Amino acid sequence: MSPAIRIHRLHCAYPQTPVLRDLTFQVDRGELFIIIGPNGSGKTTLIKALAGLLSISSGEIFFKERSLKHYKQKDLARNIAYVAQADIADSPFTVQEMVLMGRTPYLGILGLDSRADLEIARQAIAFTGLSHLAGRRLSSLSGGERQRAYIARAICQHPELILLDEPTAALDLSHQIRIMDLMERMKTAQGTSVVMVSHDINLAAMYADRLLLLVDGRMAACGPPSQVIDERILSQAYDCGLLVDSSPAGPWLRVNLMRNDPEQNAET
Amino acid sequence: MTPRASSLFVKMTVVSLVLLLLLVAVMAAGLAMGSSGTRLDSIWTSLFANGTGHAMEDAIIWRIRFPRVLLAALVGAALSLGGLVFQALLKNPLAEPYILGISGGAAIGAIIGIILGLSRIPGVSLTAFAGSLVTLVLIIFISSGRAVVVKDALLLSGVMVNAFCTAVIMFLLSITQDNRLHNIIFWLMGDLSASQIQHVGMLAVILLPCFIAIFIYSNRMNLLLLGSDMATSMGVPVRRVTLVLLVITSLMISVTVSQCGLIGFVGLVIPHLLRLLCGPDHRILVPGCVLGGGAYMVVCDLLARVLPPQGEMPGGVITAMIGAPLFIFLLRRSKG
Repeated sequence: MSPAIRIHRLHCAYPQTPVLRDLTFQVDRGELFIIIGPNGSGKTTLIKALAGLLSISSGEIFFKERSLKHYKQKDLARNIAYVAQADIADSPFTVQEMVLMGRTPYLGILGLDSRADLEIARQAIAFTGLSHLAGRRLSSLSGGERQRAYIARAICQHPELILLDEPTAALDLSHQIRIMDLMERMKTAQGTSVVMVSHDINLAAMYADRLLLLVDGRMAACGPPSQVIDERILSQAYDCGLLVDSSPAGPWLRVNLMRNDPEQNAET
Repeated sequence: MTPRASSLFVKMTVVSLVLLLLLVAVMAAGLAMGSSGTRLDSIWTSLFANGTGHAMEDAIIWRIRFPRVLLAALVGAALSLGGLVFQALLKNPLAEPYILGISGGAAIGAIIGIILGLSRIPGVSLTAFAGSLVTLVLIIFISSGRAVVVKDALLLSGVMVNAFCTAVIMFLLSITQDNRLHNIIFWLMGDLSASQIQHVGMLAVILLPCFIAIFIYSNRMNLLLLGSDMATSMGVPVRRVTLVLLVITSLMISVTVSQCGLIGFVGLVIPHLLRLLCGPDHRILVPGCVLGGGAYMVVCDLLARVLPPQGEMPGGVITAMIGAPLFIFLLRRSKG
């Protein structure tokens, strides 16, 4: 399958601090690709680099086999959508206003939308199950609803690739599943490639086509969950004890954390 | 046109028309009222026909009140719009034209001009303008570089430059004696009394293109409120937009301050009031601030002229006396 995005020997550094080192991998079209790794491993830096938000030290990122740096910003925005980690809880806009902003790459400088743009926004809002909240201000929504509104905004951009930085962080179990189901539907119903960062390995194991495990900015493992969700690989990466078994809920692996006190683990 | 786009146009038109009518009404009041009252029909005849037939009345309207009312409208528009832009750029509700220290630089320039015994116009205006430009370049130099115009760096360097300017102003005040001290204090409190039509014309020539440029960027200001990463990912060249808006607004504020001195609270009160009434869309707020800010300043200047039994007080006193309580009211209301 042809890649949606291809990364070749990517190095990224903040002043005098290397963050990503020699990363080479690709994400296929229509794939749900999840980046996992310990805190400070470079996950957010990587997803920002893929979105063209950071200047890279060396290497190349190719989108549709063309280097990201050769894209005009507006062209990039028509192809790649990015949902940031930060929660803009105090946004003064309504859901509909914010979602319509996703049409910006297709509009003139004053951002006056057409009937078609409005319909696209309506569909994006419906797709994320927020039709009944379209007129509500973002600041009045719950964290999960707001996250879905940001995803609706990204969908409204009509991207081929959507990048999400920890979209399930700080959400309760029900909202986590709803967001992940949404990603799954985007992949299957719209053929969109999805790359996301997650701290929840079990959630990643349930939904990802492939996982990328980052440790200290380097690729520790990359492949289907059955290859990456491995006791030895994960316990080394996260520097903690864990057990991997089959989930009783479905055909995927499950990671069980172990307490540092061995006697307690034995008792339980 | 979609229902939303057309509703945006309708809202923009209605808000602009209402505020335009308000501005015209308060400008008419500004022309009619003063130490000697003038009938509205006389104003009309003087401005749009062949004059009232009374040389004194025509002179009062044309040479004193008309330039002053126009200056007040332009100053109010620029300060209000400046506040709106800085609040969007810095995502800080307390941002206003003076927060970046540009006014401090202008004040130093003006005080030096007054101490040197230069005429009010163009001497003091030019030194004030030069002072504000030096400050602007200094702030951009400090806060830019590799990470061009990071908003926190901008805010902090502005606060620091402003603090330094305040110290220099206090130093200059402490070494100044005689009637120049009175002139300095009057200028520092904001004063429109020395307006002349040719200077107002020059100000308008600089400000009107700034208003139009900011309106063109109004939708991008909406996107900046979502955060720079989100805005960039939607195709907004955040660095360029930030820098352009910063330079345009700083130019606008520096030429305004050089004409009228330090007038506070207009850039805080009007954008917040309009946001409360019209919502957060900058495509509506930009024309709203130009017209509403202009109307507010004309009213404040009118009160500054007519309230004292003798002479007049600086307009900045009235904008602060109305603005501070109004801002507290708006703050409490928005919290509720």
